[in-house]
Amino acid sequence: MPAVPRSALLLLPLLGFMVLTYLVPFLGILRWSVTLPEPGFGQYQTALTDPLVLAVFLRTFRTCAVVTLVTVVASYMITLLWVRGTPMQRLVVEFCILIPFWISVLTRAFGWLALLSTKGIINTWLQTTGILSEPLTMVRNEFGVIVGMVHFLIPFAAFPLASAMRTVDERVLLAARGMGASRARVFTQVFVPMTAPGVLGAALVVFVFALGFFVTPAILGGGRSVMAAELVYLRIFQSPNWGLGAAISVILMLGVGGLLALLMRQVRPAGTR
Amino acid sequence: MLKISAAEIGAEGIGKSYGSFAALTDVSLTIAPGEFLTLLGPSGSGKTTFLMILAGFEAATTGRLTLNGADMTATPAETRAFGMVFQGYALFPHMTVEQNIAFPLKVQGRSDGDIKRRVAEMIEMVGLGGHGHKRPSGLSGGQQQRVALARALAYDPPVLLLDEPFSALDKNLRGQMQDEVRRLHREIGTTFVFVTHDQSEALALSSRVAIFNHGVLEQIAAPKDAYECPANRFVAEFLGDINILPLTDVSSRHDGAQASFEGQNLQMTSGLGGPSGTLAVRPEYMSLCLTPPQTGNAIKAVLRDLTYLGAETQLSLTTPGGVSLRLSSPTATLPQGLASGMTVWVAWPADRGTFL
Repeated sequence: MPAVPRSALLLLPLLGFMVLTYLVPFLGILRWSVTLPEPGFGQYQTALTDPLVLAVFLRTFRTCAVVTLVTVVASYMITLLWVRGTPMQRLVVEFCILIPFWISVLTRAFGWLALLSTKGIINTWLQTTGILSEPLTMVRNEFGVIVGMVHFLIPFAAFPLASAMRTVDERVLLAARGMGASRARVFTQVFVPMTAPGVLGAALVVFVFALGFFVTPAILGGGRSVMAAELVYLRIFQSPNWGLGAAISVILMLGVGGLLALLMRQVRPAGTR
Repeated sequence: MLKISAAEIGAEGIGKSYGSFAALTDVSLTIAPGEFLTLLGPSGSGKTTFLMILAGFEAATTGRLTLNGADMTATPAETRAFGMVFQGYALFPHMTVEQNIAFPLKVQGRSDGDIKRRVAEMIEMVGLGGHGHKRPSGLSGGQQQRVALARALAYDPPVLLLDEPFSALDKNLRGQMQDEVRRLHREIGTTFVFVTHDQSEALALSSRVAIFNHGVLEQIAAPKDAYECPANRFVAEFLGDINILPLTDVSSRHDGAQASFEGQNLQMTSGLGGPSGTLAVRPEYMSLCLTPPQTGNAIKAVLRDLTYLGAETQLSLTTPGGVSLRLSSPTATLPQGLASGMTVWVAWPADRGTFL
């Protein structure tokens, strides 16, 4: 048996906490999914064949894919300014990333509601200035959900991207430029490939976070754009079908786990150095 | 033999300041086509700043740069496209050795066949056959250095700039890479500008050495001239050990000068024209005698310490006036029976000293 340093004992409280608050409840969920209302895999069959549940899964996946793409692209541009901008630009970007990061997700969702709803700030302004006669529908649909989620997730993509960009050796970029490469070429063929592991990492974090989103879709989707996590909530708290809710949870969990494993394999060998 | 057109570079009154700090002051020099020029100086002397200005990565605050006579002061780095080897190599970590070397050729829009042929040629030239498909992280420091050289030379740049390229290598590898760079310079014949803080590296490699201190170009000369006829005390001391003798009663004669040191008469026939307050003599030109020699210069000194190094022996001495001297002498030529505390004579030929 390999020697374990005694300091590893310090991890025990955390391990105990994780077992009590995550593992035990998760095993409970797992049990519900195969015992309620009667023993068997009936709930999994329902979850994987019921058109309503499948539609929610599909919407969840599609929304998360779009959110991930938009978040990573936007974060890449923002982070570029954060890492390589002038000191003033850096300061502004830092505030714009950190301040929303500290504000509760609930507050931010309601903030977007105030901004985007049919009687919200943007629509009121568009109508009073006469640009539009009818309000734009920007909430209670996927658009609103995507806006709210992207806004919430940008910091989570910006942090791994920033650390990837900071490890890029300035001299490598100078070397490329010194060999006659234009700035655009240095960016696309040297800088972006060198930060690719960071991009994959950021995409992974965002996608996994997005899959489990509950509050933002619930508020900005207004019940019309239900995502997987909200469906679980509805099945457990509003229609007493605990078994189905549990089965959906387990499927979601397996999806996240599988995705993590897949992406880890992609990121590892190409890792920066 | 010039395989490619080596460029001549001119710098006139180049200055660079960061706020109130002057990193470079009024540097003027001409780099001849095909020359191997070393920029030498302690850290913070401005040598790297000057290289960055040559490359176009930094803009000079004052002055003018020319390339083959044409003004290039405002030409951006990517248009100058001088080859550059950076400290730490700066290879593209996401590309293989071949892709690294091919990068500048692709930038130039050469045909695939041409690129393939040239890459193979460069890999051969720097002795990296069989490593073409590896990433830089799979190579040793010396091999990465060779890739950096191959990449910088692949597209026949008019000038190759090297920024302390060997500082991360151990001593043996350093010697090998120095030979390698000298060979490449001989074979390719392009202009090399090399930055180092290592004086022996500078003397060994270059056709001329430019010595920087506090942002000022102190002297530019062939290694032998700089070493034997340093322009000032900084250059004299930076290039190696040297003994500095304060002089009095300096007067010129038809074939040189004479002066007095602690009452002893000294003759000088070389290194004239300096401000002539002191005489500088390299320790290897001084020898030790038990009696005053018939010709040349000699001063009396007390032997303080001997360090036996095998073939060489290092000696430290003090003159009656309190000036310290260091000598290094082949052990075989030293008189027998030397011991600390003895009074001896330190002698050197009249043409082996420089006025500072």
